[in-house]
Amino acid sequence: MNPYISSLGGGLLIGLSAAMLLLLNGRMAGISGIVGRLAQGIGIVTNAAFVIGLMLGPVLFLGLFGQWPTVTIIAPWPLIIGAGLLVGFGSRMGSGCTSGHGVLGLARLSPRSVAAVATFLATGVAAVTILKGIGG
Amino acid sequence: MKTQLAQILAALAAGLVFGFGLSLSGMLDPARVQGFLDIFGEWDPSLAFVLGGAVAVAMGGFFVMRHMGRPLFDRTFHVPTNKRIDPPLIIGSAIFGAGWGLVGFCPGPAVASLSLGLIQSVLFVVFMLAGMMLHDRYLARRAS
Repeated sequence: MNPYISSLGGGLLIGLSAAMLLLLNGRMAGISGIVGRLAQGIGIVTNAAFVIGLMLGPVLFLGLFGQWPTVTIIAPWPLIIGAGLLVGFGSRMGSGCTSGHGVLGLARLSPRSVAAVATFLATGVAAVTILKGIGG
Repeated sequence: MKTQLAQILAALAAGLVFGFGLSLSGMLDPARVQGFLDIFGEWDPSLAFVLGGAVAVAMGGFFVMRHMGRPLFDRTFHVPTNKRIDPPLIIGSAIFGAGWGLVGFCPGPAVASLSLGLIQSVLFVVFMLAGMMLHDRYLARRAS
């Protein structure tokens, strides 16, 4: 499939999921919020149900297309550990990640989320640029 | 009790649609994400369509929300009310973005990819949880 069409289709579904959780349960589909609250023991059953569904998503993809979605991780393990810590700590400190600020925040035109998205896009671009500079 | 079951099923269904959407979109692939962030190198802009599509549909969701008194399975909408652009927001987002770029994983794709059984995903998620707990249990508690 053309990557632009599958990206758009996947994006529409992510938006649909956010709208479902909002209109049915009144909750924000921000993943760092859901996972963080689950780790704190808040709203365990519903948050766990969302996370289980999230992990079943690639299984559904496998069932429909006969192959797992592509996941290519080239980072060595010390970088994976460091980046994991940064992503976990930073997303909780900044009250959101790509889903909470990126999808929901931009959709409701939240100035906080616009600032957050601009910031994490800038440092994300900087990290990749520095990494490529060192590597090649 | 009936409402709680409905809430659980709604969360499960929303999670499944989210995870499938991530899989279809290419966001699950850290190499694609790094290609999207590599604007000074071999930039792959296709993932901008993920955000565009998702924001458009979510906007529809917020439009419908404004015409509903309450969500179907709860008494009130739990929407953030904080409007202040403060240092934790900017510093936290900067830290998050750096980690996102270094490996190409953000929380959603990292957790969804666990079902593939890759050791790197497991390692990332374990340390992501450690980072979350480090913030929530120590830093946030001290501040409040």
